[in-house]
Amino acid sequence: MIDVKNLCKSFVLHNQGGAVLSVLRDVSLHVDAGECLVLHGPSGTGKSTILRCLYANYRTQHGTVRLRHQQRWVDMAGATPREILTVRRHTLGYVSQFLRVIPRIAALDIVMEPLVRNGAEHAAAKRSAQAWLERLNIPQRLWHLPPATFSGGEQQRINIARSLIAAPPILLLDEPTAALDGINRQVVIDLIDEAKRRGAAVAGVFHDTEVRDAVVTRLFNLDISGAPYGR
Amino acid sequence: MNTETDTPLLRVSGLTKRFGAHSACCDVGFEIFPGEVLCIVGESGSGKTTLLKCISAQLQPDHGSVEFDTRDQGLADIYRLSEPMRRMLARTDWGFVFQNPRDGLRAGVSAGANVAERLMAVGARHYANIRHEASGWMQKVELDARRIDDLPDTFSGGMQQRLQIARNLITRPRLVFMDEPTAGLDVSVQARLLDLLRGLAADLGLAAVIVTHDLAVARLLAQRMMVMRGGSVVESGLTDQVLDDPQHPYTQLLVSSVIQA
Repeated sequence: MIDVKNLCKSFVLHNQGGAVLSVLRDVSLHVDAGECLVLHGPSGTGKSTILRCLYANYRTQHGTVRLRHQQRWVDMAGATPREILTVRRHTLGYVSQFLRVIPRIAALDIVMEPLVRNGAEHAAAKRSAQAWLERLNIPQRLWHLPPATFSGGEQQRINIARSLIAAPPILLLDEPTAALDGINRQVVIDLIDEAKRRGAAVAGVFHDTEVRDAVVTRLFNLDISGAPYGR
Repeated sequence: MNTETDTPLLRVSGLTKRFGAHSACCDVGFEIFPGEVLCIVGESGSGKTTLLKCISAQLQPDHGSVEFDTRDQGLADIYRLSEPMRRMLARTDWGFVFQNPRDGLRAGVSAGANVAERLMAVGARHYANIRHEASGWMQKVELDARRIDDLPDTFSGGMQQRLQIARNLITRPRLVFMDEPTAGLDVSVQARLLDLLRGLAADLGLAAVIVTHDLAVARLLAQRMMVMRGGSVVESGLTDQVLDDPQHPYTQLLVSSVIQA
């Protein structure tokens, strides 16, 4: 489902004298359906960067980043913007580390949007969104409010609901439980389990050891040089 | 709505426009597909407005071609079409939202007449129906439909901008060009307009080319982005790619210059 080979990613900071930050060096990994690969390593070793490369949010200098999309392989590193948008729309769910909230759109509408965008009937999409919000313990009085004023944990849960509602085959999770309490951490663990059981491939960064140990199938270790080590 | 078709809605190739010795636009090329929103970002003098005018048949380029997927002829160079055909396209399949709404509205006729004008230009004659459509569109852009007979200058700037949008969208154009649609508006008014545009673009499956200097507008409205400087496109890609992982020195400068509130 995910097949990365020889991925190299660096940043050239032109306005800081051309300084080069080499974040990923020759990273190869794969994730099969039903697995959760945990990206593991100290801060700054490129874990989020890998997820962003998978999502094609970051460009890459070298290597291939292949994702299984509708019975074929798409190399996100070389795909056209249109292809990337299609893969994101139908195949990827991405929970980012930093919450970017769209102002002034109600929580319910934000969660519904991936379904509606793919042609789902409005009332059914709404019911599904309501069920997800309930599952993630978002009180009903917040459903029609824009999340800008919600707590960090509430925003994170909206993000999670939105990313999972369309049951994407590939899930990219960057610290999905960072702002969550014990009850909601367990909800997210259950959601990841369900995703694995339905055959999704999950790649994630989890600093929380409880969550990590509950969801991990395999670990992928990164050391300080951005190169992988161990198995 | 099928966004997987292979024919682009608009194809621009090798577009060049000079004013005397000054190259306003140099060898610009890109494609837009149905339902895509592309933002052209750049500072004053980058050539973005010139580019917009060239691709919307307002300014003939010196070199290059602008092809549009017409309903009957397929992809056709818009500058090779007859003048009446171009005018027809400009009134039905295209929309143009000017930065200053007064450039896109007729001051001497009512709000309703402004909104309905394109319908009448393509032959609609039934007065009650036309009025009903105009009223519906005013509501869609969140204007009070009871003001249908008021003159445009009795509306605020933000409302005039929404009137301009309704006026353009009533014929359900497939491609809308916008030149700094929110510049000059108060921040809260801008926010409301951006929400509206975002919602309408999604609901109607609009393709749009939006020129803006505001990166936040690009982030909110567009999936794709082109950065222009000195008449050339220095970087292009998905909006989130260009903003989160800018490659070109100028793009990096632009992105790092934005002050977060």
